[in-house]
Amino acid sequence: MGDIPILKIGDCLLVSIQVDMHDRLALALQDDLTERIVADHARGVMIDISALEIVDSFIGRMLNNIAAMSRVLDAITVVVGMRPAVAITLVELGLSLTGVRTALNVDKGLALIRRAIDSPERDDADRYG
Amino acid sequence: MPTDTDDTMPLRASEDVVRVRQAVRARAVGAGFSLVDQTKIVTAASEIARNTVDYGGGGTARIEVLRNGQRRGVRLTFTDQGPGIADLTLALKDGYTTGSGLGLGLSGAKRLCNEFDVRSTPGQGTVVTLARWV
Repeated sequence: MGDIPILKIGDCLLVSIQVDMHDRLALALQDDLTERIVADHARGVMIDISALEIVDSFIGRMLNNIAAMSRVLDAITVVVGMRPAVAITLVELGLSLTGVRTALNVDKGLALIRRAIDSPERDDADRYG
Repeated sequence: MPTDTDDTMPLRASEDVVRVRQAVRARAVGAGFSLVDQTKIVTAASEIARNTVDYGGGGTARIEVLRNGQRRGVRLTFTDQGPGIADLTLALKDGYTTGSGLGLGLSGAKRLCNEFDVRSTPGQGTVVTLARWV
């Protein structure tokens, strides 16, 4: 297990990254989250990065991977709280984070997850897909 | 060009990359960088420091705060004695990687800086120098 706590709220998992992660810690979080999605039957994953001062290509890849893995496991990932300076730098770095849903804050992120879980299109696609 | 501070730090493991990021941040703040400028140089430092550890087999990071008239800048020099880069033009292309990354390290870091230089000799190592001015 990594050092970053994963909280369960209803059918969602919440991670708030409060430390400057080294690469192995980021990989551990990716693995832990994937396991927890299955173990807890989670439908949504929210990752709060409001404390992160930078997102470089490694962290960006981790966010992309988590979003992709959760999608395969029938859960939706939303990244919330990105700082403006981080967003500016990410785009200049060339990282678009395609495939990662974002919301400005935790409230909006939860609403986004709720809508995605409740939307009938998604249910149909998942049930018969 | 006058130098205000000059530190050299080891880069051996991924924890060292975090330490270098934090030291670059502190120097950029000291040099009067705006939040966006700080974020850009720290992100660039993180990319190149990771390359030094992952591809160069470890090395050092030198952090200098420079003064050029009214302007202040932070210059970073990453040195390793690793295998070197066989094809620099290719290595600087977006999306090119010999590892498992996204291939944005060198090219992305270059976009985040005002000055960028890579010197590499296959079999002897790589020196990446980058600078950002405010």
